Amino acid sequence: MNWLKQTIAVMSVNLRTIPSRLGSSAVAIIGIAGVVIVFVSVLSIAAGFAAAMTGSGSADRALILRTGADTELTSGIDGPQIRIIKEAPGVRKEGDGASASAELYVIIDLPKKAIPDSPANVPMRGIEPLGLKVREEVSLIEGRPFQFGTNEVIVGKGAQNQFVGLNVGDTVVSGQNRWTVVGVFQARGGLAETEIWCDVQTLQSVYRRVNSFNSVLMNLESSDSFDTLRNWLESNPQTKNVTVRRESDYYAKQGETMSRLINTLGFGVATLMAVGAVFGAILTMYTAVASRSREIATLRALGFNTLSVVVSVLVESLVLGAIGGVIGAIGAYLAFDGFETSTMNFQSFSQVAFAFRVTPQLFATGLAYALAIGLIGGLLPALRAARLPISRALREL
Amino acid sequence: MKFLHLIQMSLSRRRIRTIFTLLCIFIAFLLFGVVMAVRTAFTLGVDIAGLDRLVLINKVTLILPLPISYAQRIQQTPGVETVTHQTWFNGAYQQPTNVLTTIVVEPAPFLAIYPEFKLSAAEVEAWLADRQGAVVGKNLAARYGWKIGDRIPLSSPIWEPKEPWEFNIVGIYDGEASVDKTQFFFRYDYFDENRNENLKGNVGWYIVKIGDKSKALELSRTFDEMFANSGAETKTTTEKGFVESFAKQVGDIGSITVAIASTVLFMFGLVAASTMVQSVRERTSELAVLKTLGFSDIRILLLVLGESLFMTLLGGGLGLAAAWLVVHQGDPTGGLLPVFILPASNIAVGIGLMALMGLVAGALPAVEAMRLRITDALRKT
Repeated sequence: MNWLKQTIAVMSVNLRTIPSRLGSSAVAIIGIAGVVIVFVSVLSIAAGFAAAMTGSGSADRALILRTGADTELTSGIDGPQIRIIKEAPGVRKEGDGASASAELYVIIDLPKKAIPDSPANVPMRGIEPLGLKVREEVSLIEGRPFQFGTNEVIVGKGAQNQFVGLNVGDTVVSGQNRWTVVGVFQARGGLAETEIWCDVQTLQSVYRRVNSFNSVLMNLESSDSFDTLRNWLESNPQTKNVTVRRESDYYAKQGETMSRLINTLGFGVATLMAVGAVFGAILTMYTAVASRSREIATLRALGFNTLSVVVSVLVESLVLGAIGGVIGAIGAYLAFDGFETSTMNFQSFSQVAFAFRVTPQLFATGLAYALAIGLIGGLLPALRAARLPISRALREL
Repeated sequence: MKFLHLIQMSLSRRRIRTIFTLLCIFIAFLLFGVVMAVRTAFTLGVDIAGLDRLVLINKVTLILPLPISYAQRIQQTPGVETVTHQTWFNGAYQQPTNVLTTIVVEPAPFLAIYPEFKLSAAEVEAWLADRQGAVVGKNLAARYGWKIGDRIPLSSPIWEPKEPWEFNIVGIYDGEASVDKTQFFFRYDYFDENRNENLKGNVGWYIVKIGDKSKALELSRTFDEMFANSGAETKTTTEKGFVESFAKQVGDIGSITVAIASTVLFMFGLVAASTMVQSVRERTSELAVLKTLGFSDIRILLLVLGESLFMTLLGGGLGLAAAWLVVHQGDPTGGLLPVFILPASNIAVGIGLMALMGLVAGALPAVEAMRLRITDALRKT
């Protein structure tokens, strides 16, 4: 118990004297805060991107593409085959037919608000009349649905935010085509929010792709009826050249490359920075120990035990780490949480709008990082304080 | 020489402190180098893309094709040197998800327009002779262990062949560090003959080499007007503009990397500065003794600045060298970044930043040391 008392006594002296060593303590705090800011903000990009991807797909929907195509863009299915696919079992019914939408997916060039002089690839999706119903999460937040058989379009709210001229009433000019925006929709933050939707038949005629589609999206009867659907498609000779997957799997796969890229680079940079911050913390704590070597020696001469000195230095370093960590994490949260941007998804060759996300988990990881830096940074100086020969330390200065 | 000795002595005064300060600066510049290499990878090719090469794409979007008949009309335009077309093949190797950068080209004009892809004369000859011949980048060949003479099957969901797509590797191209060496080029005649009937007669985009790059804008307008109101209108830009707009689509990687680099440099610059302040304060009496011995104020100033510069240049120099080594090991993401290099211009900027950091970190203590009054300083202890 005596040991504990001693430790607390030394510790409180240390902590209370931090303000008198403000300069060097501030350097450690700023260093650690910098690491945490960069770490949390870079990874919040990855978290936001991943959220947009996973929010896009439902496990209760099946997406059918041509075998070998891993994106809608490179897939192709003809009209007659679509009719056969729609007769497959395991699919929910809607009126007489399947709850399904055969779709055409193209890309058009539109200027981005952030860089108006340079066009970006915006995905445009032609859907069938059931297309909106198949996606239950989609709802209009402005305007009205487009009318089939016309050149009207509705735009996702992410697309409206990121690109020029996508407000209700605007006309989108793409080559020789004119599209009128009549509504804006949301889709629970998913990828669809970066898309522009129109009538598939209009899109087919405009792009001279008569009766040709990229994909079919179908509502499963239940999550388990996926296998029924797959077995039927695989065993039917007329649908040999298509592959079915759950929509959720499809989008998870789509985001993989980008997530891997951001994560690898983010972790790499953050790790190097953390190593640097450890060095910074070591410097600070060495200075702290050095400037108090006489006090420490006095304490030990008075009979305070070595361990309490070690622990007190470590605790001081941890406190600095915690302060830096909290400042950094809050800074990253305030600066970046919800920050909207868009990037190119390499797989689909088109733009994806998403918002940075500083999740509680990221927040905690950032803090843990900061504490680890403080702990490691304090270790060597603490040992040094303990080993300092009393006689020499008292003579110093 | 005495000067250097003095610097050395003051740095070895507290060895541990010196070592850790050096390590901090080392890490800062190691990071700087790596982050700059990432930035270069994302603005890929912008520096090497030519201003005397124009790219004609379908006005609606890059993925829509253009008729092959345009070639002749472009060629007849005054000011055009060479015209060729390319098509995106989307070829996958081994697994459908493993898509390589596969581009369909016409070998002769392609090589004439792109001298940066280096092939031996024998390789060029072999390519011109073999319809199924393909030329691949050095890094791509190394990744899969391909050698000249290998037969490589690729699949593509876009192009349904009459027979499975198979290629003979007839050449492995090399080039300067900034050239993307992960691409796969093969011949248009084989492609056109083997692809689905209904897609024939279309190509992806045109590349036009012009004689005088100052005419780029004018010629771009000429082409776009030439094909206005046709079934496939065009949009012409310089290759540089094209690559730039493509890089911009990925997002503002430029400002993100600059933000990271400045945070890092600021953080560690602060560490260096605080160390310098500390170290000068501890030595007040020694500096006063030097002054008593007849060192001028300016020399004291230079002494402290020199010490600080020595630290940042040594630590930073080693850091940049380490960054160069890391970058030299190649792409850390396993093939996602086609080009991963540390350009000389960034190294120069790095050295400039080291000097700046040294001066800024040393400025305050140096001035303090210069203004030191001998009597006060000696009395303090």
